[in-house]
Amino acid sequence: MTDNKDNLVLTTRFGLEKSYTADVYQKTGGYKSIDKLFSMKPDDVIEEVKKSGLRGRGGAGFAAGLKWSFIPKNVDKPKYLCVNADESEPGTFKDRYLLEDDPHQLIEGIIICCYAIGAESAYVYIRGEFDLAYRRIEEAVQEAYQKGYLGKNLFGKNYKLDVTVHRGAGAYICGEETALLSSLEGNKGQPRIKPPFPAVVGLFGCPTIINNVETISALPYILNNGADAYKKFGTEKSPGTKLFSVSGHVNKPGVYELPLGYPMKDLINKVCGGMKDGKALKAVIPGGTSMPILTAKDCETVTLDYESMTAHQTMLGSGGVIVMNEDVDMVWVLRNLSRFYAHESCGQCTPCREGTGWIDKMLVRILREGGEEKDIALLNELSDNMMGKTICVLADSLSMPVISFIKKFPDDFRRHLKNRPQAVRVGI
Amino acid sequence: MAKVNLTIDGQSVDVEEGTNLIEAARQIGVEVPHYCYHPGLKIDGNCRMCLVDIEKSPKPQIACNTKVAPGMVVHTQTDKVKKMRASVMEFLLINHPLDCPTCDQAGECRLQDYYMKYDRIPSRFEETKVHKDKMIDLGSSVMLDQERCIACTRCIRFCRDVAGQDELALANRGDHVTITTFPGKKLSNPYAGNVVDICPVGALTSDEFRFKKRVWYLKRTPSVCTGCSRGCNIEVHHEGNKIYRLIPRYNPNVNQYWMCDEGRHGYHFVNDNRVLRAQIIKNGAMQEVSFAEAAAYLASQLKTMNSSEIATISHAGETNEVLKAFDEFSKNVLKTDLRYYSRNEVKNPSSDTILRTADKNPNQAYINDLKLKPVSEIKNAQAALVLNGLSEADFEILKKKNIPILAIFAANVGDALPHASVVCPIPTFAEQDGHLTNVNAVVQKISQAFAPRGESRLVGEWLDAITLALGMSAKKAEAVSVF
Repeated sequence: MTDNKDNLVLTTRFGLEKSYTADVYQKTGGYKSIDKLFSMKPDDVIEEVKKSGLRGRGGAGFAAGLKWSFIPKNVDKPKYLCVNADESEPGTFKDRYLLEDDPHQLIEGIIICCYAIGAESAYVYIRGEFDLAYRRIEEAVQEAYQKGYLGKNLFGKNYKLDVTVHRGAGAYICGEETALLSSLEGNKGQPRIKPPFPAVVGLFGCPTIINNVETISALPYILNNGADAYKKFGTEKSPGTKLFSVSGHVNKPGVYELPLGYPMKDLINKVCGGMKDGKALKAVIPGGTSMPILTAKDCETVTLDYESMTAHQTMLGSGGVIVMNEDVDMVWVLRNLSRFYAHESCGQCTPCREGTGWIDKMLVRILREGGEEKDIALLNELSDNMMGKTICVLADSLSMPVISFIKKFPDDFRRHLKNRPQAVRVGI
Repeated sequence: MAKVNLTIDGQSVDVEEGTNLIEAARQIGVEVPHYCYHPGLKIDGNCRMCLVDIEKSPKPQIACNTKVAPGMVVHTQTDKVKKMRASVMEFLLINHPLDCPTCDQAGECRLQDYYMKYDRIPSRFEETKVHKDKMIDLGSSVMLDQERCIACTRCIRFCRDVAGQDELALANRGDHVTITTFPGKKLSNPYAGNVVDICPVGALTSDEFRFKKRVWYLKRTPSVCTGCSRGCNIEVHHEGNKIYRLIPRYNPNVNQYWMCDEGRHGYHFVNDNRVLRAQIIKNGAMQEVSFAEAAAYLASQLKTMNSSEIATISHAGETNEVLKAFDEFSKNVLKTDLRYYSRNEVKNPSSDTILRTADKNPNQAYINDLKLKPVSEIKNAQAALVLNGLSEADFEILKKKNIPILAIFAANVGDALPHASVVCPIPTFAEQDGHLTNVNAVVQKISQAFAPRGESRLVGEWLDAITLALGMSAKKAEAVSVF
């Protein structure tokens, strides 16, 4: 968290005693948006969210209001909201804090979104391993029902909304929106081909909006203060604030809310207290491990917003910032990632199913026995053969790091090649 | 339906709205390779073999899930597309065992075919392959070799969406993914054999067919299943006058791409338990004789009787041609009005809304056309001429009414045979041309796969020979002459 509370949208209650209860939430301005919400037409709510420029905080950064407007009108089917709380990207742990410390903010956001899209049922699909977060959101939902904030005639209004919390069974891929739907329906968590898109054919074959915890949690602020107030944070094209979960070799790792456009170097040096033990910065994964990596030099100029990240050939992603110092061997880091993605590939699409495993095995061999120049070329080619050729982007999530790691840290790879005097031999 | 104009590999083509790119390309003779796509199944889009380039599309698209759009420009043969196909093939083969010499899919395996057509590069995989289980009995005579599976999920989708029983699933993740049944359960749907047909590789094989015959030795003859009145279109796969398997043949009006397991496994009567030579009762015992001798003997017996008092009993399992010939013989040669039929009767016959009908006779419809009566209505008759067996109940009726069986025309040994004075061997459906009329009055052609076994003769040939032996002139009986 930043010290400047004026810059906070999402984390104002973090650190308050029993911040997760309805009482504390209400005393600190919670559920204030409800009266205003029901005084508006659903389409006006969508327009306000569109105007705010809020982009999905799950990783892809798609405009939230625009997504909601894809829900077909005059369809004789129920509509659903699915809150993606299956936060599993390595290095990303910001939604967990929102769920643990301010679950009612999420519930208020759910009410806003459901009213806007015409849904009477919402599901919170939460990562199964998030035990405290699960208990907090579940308790908050029950509390909301008891107080009449959910269920029939919520807040005395002529509106009905049910919220169900559903625990995942431990698959990273269930954070992908269509795999989430498959899992929620009781099937194996596997992404679905698009089209059709979930906004048209989603949960149980009905129109469905899937937004992540942080996105939905931002809605009460936007409704209370208006789109213009929200746009005062951030940049023109990346308005608002964002949570960044920082881990790695910094003095103060943690979750921080910052306005978009904040400089990366300031995040590391000011917000996070600088590099641990005074070591030099070597690399930063900016938005969860599926992103192309940044060098120390990149970090001098990059800012924490969608456009700057794109200009530096990477992505803002989920805001899971992993900071690495000069001692880090990037081949080891990459192998750690490949192990994860090979394990978590759902096994559906050929390039991902076979490619992630192949890359992982190659990296293990290179680390165990030393590699050859052709291995490096093959790693690049396999990644290229995987990227953009599968149903979801899990294959890309390994391909992008592989290509960027090799491109930006070639010396680390050369050190592991056979017949080099400085070759490193390390057992795995 | 409205037509859509698009361009595929430089060719302008008009196809129906809603057609996917694989089928659109097929219409102009362009093959888009694929594994998981099957026109009879819901689209899953997992194999990625059918990736093509579409102008103005930022990423390559799978042809199976991409519908034609006006003005669309599709490329299926660019270097980029060829590289994508080769890379999918490379990925598919890294963990696949190189066991073609022992794999029953050899000769009809798309991995083999596509490797030669779209890949042909030596493997660059130096790591240890993933080893999965072999020879798993899934049930319903289906065997699974997990390590050959390419996880295309055709089998899963077939069970779920066509057979209506969600019996198969993918377990595990990544390159450890495997097809499996649910714990403690077996594959048991009545259409399970189709998963073998649609498996594009050698992962699912038929326990009945495995290791019996290399597929390149098989001859394939189009025919119609005689297991019930549905008349599913099939291919008879045979070699050396023996059937090795039946597989379904596409007919959009009758059976789509499928057939049931009862029909699939119901060919053994062609191979086994056959009547190979004519037999007559001589000196109180059955003796094998030649075709001519049997025909002459039967004619001599008929001459001793008033033929109009002879009942003829047709069978709902015979072809239109055979039934017609037998009926004309009854009316024109024997001049009898005692014309009846028998049929296969099964206790608790299987049926469903997919393909199987409760009537296990392939040609009741034509029996009805001929207006034959059931044997239960048989009046006094001096003797009976029986075509292709009697049901147990009908046999009892004849015994009860003391109607002796003068002759029986039969392909297989059955209970009634020892009670006949003359046994005339005839071919099965696989050994003759002809037509069958199914439950929906669709007339369908069967073709001779191989010559009749032993000294079996077409029913028409028997009837001609008997007619001649009776001193009457006979027209040459040919199956095709009826229709």
